Amino acid sequence: MTTYVLRRLMLMLPVAFLVTIGVFMLIHLSPGDPALILLGEDRTPQAIAQIHEQLGLDKPLYVQYFIWLGRIAHGDWGRSVTTHEPVAQAITERLPATLELGIVALVWSLLVAIPLGTIAAVRRGSLTDQVATGITVAGVSIPNFFIVIVLIFVLSVTLRLFPFGGYVPLTTDPWESLRHVLLPAIALGTAGAAINMRFTRSSMIEVLNHDYIRTARAKGASWRRVVFVHALKNALIPVVTIVGLQIGGIIEGAVVTETVFTWPGVGRLAVESIFNRDYTVIQGIVLLAAFSYMVANLLVDLVYGWLDPRISYA
Amino acid sequence: MSNAPAMVIAEEPIRRAPVAFVELVRTHRRVTVGVLLVALLFLIALLSPVISPHDPLATDPDNSYLRPLSPGHLLGSDELGRDLLSRVLWGARVSLPVAFVAVAVGLVGGGLIGLTSGYAGGLVDLLLMRLMDALLAFPGLILAIAIVAALGPGLRNAMIAIGIVAVPVYARLVRAVVLQLKEMEFVVATRSLGANPARLIVAHFIPNLLNPIIVQVSLSAGFAMLAEATLSFLGLGAQLPTPDWGQMISSGASFLTNDPWLAIVPGAAISVTVYSFNLLGDSLRDALDPRLRS
Repeated sequence: MTTYVLRRLMLMLPVAFLVTIGVFMLIHLSPGDPALILLGEDRTPQAIAQIHEQLGLDKPLYVQYFIWLGRIAHGDWGRSVTTHEPVAQAITERLPATLELGIVALVWSLLVAIPLGTIAAVRRGSLTDQVATGITVAGVSIPNFFIVIVLIFVLSVTLRLFPFGGYVPLTTDPWESLRHVLLPAIALGTAGAAINMRFTRSSMIEVLNHDYIRTARAKGASWRRVVFVHALKNALIPVVTIVGLQIGGIIEGAVVTETVFTWPGVGRLAVESIFNRDYTVIQGIVLLAAFSYMVANLLVDLVYGWLDPRISYA
Repeated sequence: MSNAPAMVIAEEPIRRAPVAFVELVRTHRRVTVGVLLVALLFLIALLSPVISPHDPLATDPDNSYLRPLSPGHLLGSDELGRDLLSRVLWGARVSLPVAFVAVAVGLVGGGLIGLTSGYAGGLVDLLLMRLMDALLAFPGLILAIAIVAALGPGLRNAMIAIGIVAVPVYARLVRAVVLQLKEMEFVVATRSLGANPARLIVAHFIPNLLNPIIVQVSLSAGFAMLAEATLSFLGLGAQLPTPDWGQMISSGASFLTNDPWLAIVPGAAISVTVYSFNLLGDSLRDALDPRLRS
C-alpha cells in the first residue's frame, strides 16, 4: 500500500509540473505585454518598469517560470490588479462560502440519489425506475444554469419557500446560514444527484445479481435487509469515485451557481476576475482548482482500494 | 461538465468494415430516434432564415414582453420586442456550428496526438500522454474559462477553448484503439510487407477508428453545446445581440418574476438539443459495442 501511494505521488509530480507550466503560460497566451495586462489602467512607465523587474520579464521565459514557481511555493500568489489584495488572501476569504455551498449541495445530491437509485434498481421497469431514469437523462442534458433558474422561479419566486440570494456566514448565524444556502445548494446539487443516481442504479443492479445476494436470500434474510445491509454497501463503491471527483470539482461546479446567486465564493470571484482582466487572481483560482481535482483523484484511488480489498496494488 | 471518453473498441477489428449506418438506423429504434432528432435540428439551423417569422435582431418596443401565443409572435417577444421564436430558431444556427468547430478542434488535435502517441510508443507516447494527463487535471469548465480569459471573451475563442478541453478525450480514445490495432496480425503482416506508416494509418487505422469516433463525436457535440451555452450565459461566449441560447437565458433570467418564458423557451431549446445528441451518442454506443451487440 505504501509503495502504491508513493508511486501514485511520483506519477503526480510530472503532471503537477505541467499544470503549473500551463497556469504560468496563461498570462503569456494573452496578446500584448504581461506588464500592461497586470497593471490594468495604472500604466505609468515607472509601474511598467517595476513589474518587468519584479517578474523578470526581461529574462528568458523558463527563468520567469521558475521565479514565479518559487513565489507560488512560498505562498506569494501575487496581488489582485483591481483590489491590490494578495491573491492567496482573496481566495482564502471566499473559500468557506464555496465549501459550505459545495458540501450542502453534495449532501443534498446524495440524499436524493442513493434512495432513488436503489429503489429504481430494485424495482426495475417500474414507474419509480422510469421517473429516476427520466431525472438522470434530464440531469445530463439540461444546462446547470437553466436548472438554477427554474428552481429559483419555482421555489423562490412562485412558492416563496426560500429567500433568493444573500449569504450569511455559518459562524454568524447557523440557522440563517442554512436557510440562505439551501436554494443555491439544491440548484447546484441537482445535476450531481442525477449522475449519482445513474451510478447507484447501475451498480445496484449489478450487485443484486451476485451469488452472495442469492445466498443471503436463501438463508432467509428479508429483501429489505439484503438490499440495505448486504447490497447497498458494495453498490456504493463506484459512487464513491464519482462523489470524490465531485468534491474535487466543487470550484468548477460553483462558478455558475455563485454567479446567479451573487454568492461571495471562489467561483464568482473567477468570473469577476475575467471581466476585470485580473490575471493573477485567475491564475490562483485555476491553480487551486486543478490541484484540488488532482488530489481528489488520488484520494479516490486510495479510498477505492480501501473499500474494495479485491483491488490489487501490485 | 462531463466529457468522458466513449470507449467502443471492437474485439475483432480485423479489417472489419464499419457497421453499415443505414442498417444500424433501421435495426435500432433508439438510434433512429436520435438520428431523426439531430437531423431535424440541422434542418432547423439550415432553414432558420426561411422559416423564421421575423428578423431575430429587429426590435419593436411597442410589442415588447408579449406572452406566448400572441398574434404574430407564437412564443412571445422579449424586452426589446424581438420575436422569441425567430431568436430561438436562429439560436440553432449559432449552437450547432459552435459544436461542430469545437468537436473538429478536439478531434483533429486529439486524433493526431493519439495516432502519434499510439503508433510511435516509447518516449513520445510517455511525453504526449503526460501532457494529456495535465490537461485532464483541469476541471473542464475551469480550463475553458482559463483559455477564454487568456484569449478574451467571444464566440470564436469559446469554440477554441471547448475544442482544447476535448483534445485529451480524443487523444486517449484514438491511442487506445491504435495500441490495440498495432498488435493485430493484419497490421503486423501489412508492416512486414513494407507498408509505410501513412498507408497503415489511412488504410487500416482510420477505418477501424470510425466507429468509436462517431460515438464520441455525438457525445462531445452535446458537451460542446452545454459548455458554449454556459460560457455565453456567463458572458464569456456569444456577445449581444447574437441570438445565442445561453445568452438569451442569461438576459431572460432578469425578467423571471413576470416573464419566465424569456428564459424557459431558450432553456428548453438547448435541453432538447443536448438530449438529442446524448441520445444519439448513447444509442450508437450501445449498438456498436461488441459486448452489447448480440
